[in-house]
Amino acid sequence: MNAAVEMLQTKFADEVVEVVEFRGETQITVKPGRIKDICLALRDDPETSFKYLSAIAGMDYLPQSPRFGVVYHLYSHKKKNRVALKTLLKDDVAPAIDSVVSVWSTANWHEREAYDLLGIRFKGHPDLRRILMPANWVGHPLRKDYPLKGM
Amino acid sequence: MDITQPMPRTETMLLNLGPQHPSTHGVLRVLLELDGELIVSADPDIGYLHRGIEKLCEYRTLHKCMPLMNRLDYLAGEQNNFGFCLAVEKLLGVEVPKRAQYIRVMIAEFTRIASHLFWLGTHGHDLGAMTPLFYAFREREKIMDLCEMVSGARMFPLYFRIGGLAADLPEGFMRAAGDFVKSFPRRWKDYDTLLTQNEIWKERTVGVGVMNAEEALDWGWSGPMARGSGVDWDLRRDNPYSSYEEFDFEVPLGKNGDTYDRYLVRMQEMLQANRIVEQALKKIEETEPGDIKAKDPKVSLPPKDKVYTDIAALINHFLIIQDGIRPPQGEVYQCIEAPKGEMGFYLVSDGGPQAFRLKIRGPSFVVLAATDKLCRGRLLSDLIAVIGTMDIVLADVDR
Repeated sequence: MNAAVEMLQTKFADEVVEVVEFRGETQITVKPGRIKDICLALRDDPETSFKYLSAIAGMDYLPQSPRFGVVYHLYSHKKKNRVALKTLLKDDVAPAIDSVVSVWSTANWHEREAYDLLGIRFKGHPDLRRILMPANWVGHPLRKDYPLKGM
Repeated sequence: MDITQPMPRTETMLLNLGPQHPSTHGVLRVLLELDGELIVSADPDIGYLHRGIEKLCEYRTLHKCMPLMNRLDYLAGEQNNFGFCLAVEKLLGVEVPKRAQYIRVMIAEFTRIASHLFWLGTHGHDLGAMTPLFYAFREREKIMDLCEMVSGARMFPLYFRIGGLAADLPEGFMRAAGDFVKSFPRRWKDYDTLLTQNEIWKERTVGVGVMNAEEALDWGWSGPMARGSGVDWDLRRDNPYSSYEEFDFEVPLGKNGDTYDRYLVRMQEMLQANRIVEQALKKIEETEPGDIKAKDPKVSLPPKDKVYTDIAALINHFLIIQDGIRPPQGEVYQCIEAPKGEMGFYLVSDGGPQAFRLKIRGPSFVVLAATDKLCRGRLLSDLIAVIGTMDIVLADVDR
């Protein structure tokens, strides 16, 4: 059992929605409200020590609702293990979640990318601009209702 | 100086470095704010090479994604397919035969050497050392030839397949690879002699682009970039995949986290990669020739000669190519130690033949984000050293 699961279930019992074990990987789904506190705890708790953020993946689960989600992939050099932290955003029209740039500096560009390609807003991000698409681009290409061609 | 006169007015200047500039290693634009020759801020503008690979992968079967994967970090084409294949195989729960695993390791390490050689040549060239480029490309050319032997293509061999390999090693390959392995340490000394103790080289690299271990983790650095700062972490050793646990190699580390230490780390990594290839060649010889594909007919393509002569194989071939492999519903994150760092694939499947979502975590993208931190307050010429030491490939940054 991943130490992160135990830690979150004791400290953030109300936030944990689901824990999935698949192919030896652990994925914890949490509510989006206190994501920053959860990330801070995962980083600073000596039992988990997730000092390294691999990536942030913005998700679009259309036609499901809640439609948007964010998945954080964390790695602990101390324990040499990984955990995926998944959260589903409540608002299907203007999805938003707290930024974790203050937890891991590397989140900066990952969050900009999720904003650019999926239109997820990260509250408290120091510099939330488009990153891959041109600044004047309209729409968010990785959304499921965005056509592959013909724009 | 006449003190009755007002001081000359100074202001900062905005300067575009790129997008067409030889030392940006592709189409990268850095918007610089300069105070004389000092960098006040550096803002990399990326996306010129954005091809929407993640989007495209949602519309094609998993096998058809593989040519796109080759074109992520194109200097180490087969490494990307390595990670992608491992991710799909993990999702499917397929076991690849040992021989295929060893051959994959060998090709991956050859690719690592080729990628590091390219970095060495261009990095040296950027900083005014013209000669190493020619020496480095001499050996890189030989690796390209080896790639050509196994698949016919050089930059993008596309030799790996989901479940194994496209074909077994051709005749004469083992000898050619063995020759390379034997001669490489001697060739390596050529580059070492040219640069390691070179005063000008040290002047340009020592103390430039410094990052300590803690900051490196905070900025998500991996691979040689993190090891240059002394982070003792190698995915091949710490979370082994494809039988890496059976290989004996060291993980070279730097101390100061500057451009020079990262140079030393990458140089040593080439020798270690060569050692791994040497062991892999021995292991390949101990395995049964032809055992290069997983036994699952729903995953592995049938042998080509069977496709032309056997109706069942032909149907099977069509099913896999046209209809695609259908992995179970679920999501996996698989990462590998690519030459530039952690190359990760987050693959989400809804049970259909296409990926529901494929998120690619490229090492170059992450490293480039720290440009401003590395260059602020330094000279403009240091930016060139920093971009060189990052070893970025813009195709991997922009996807």
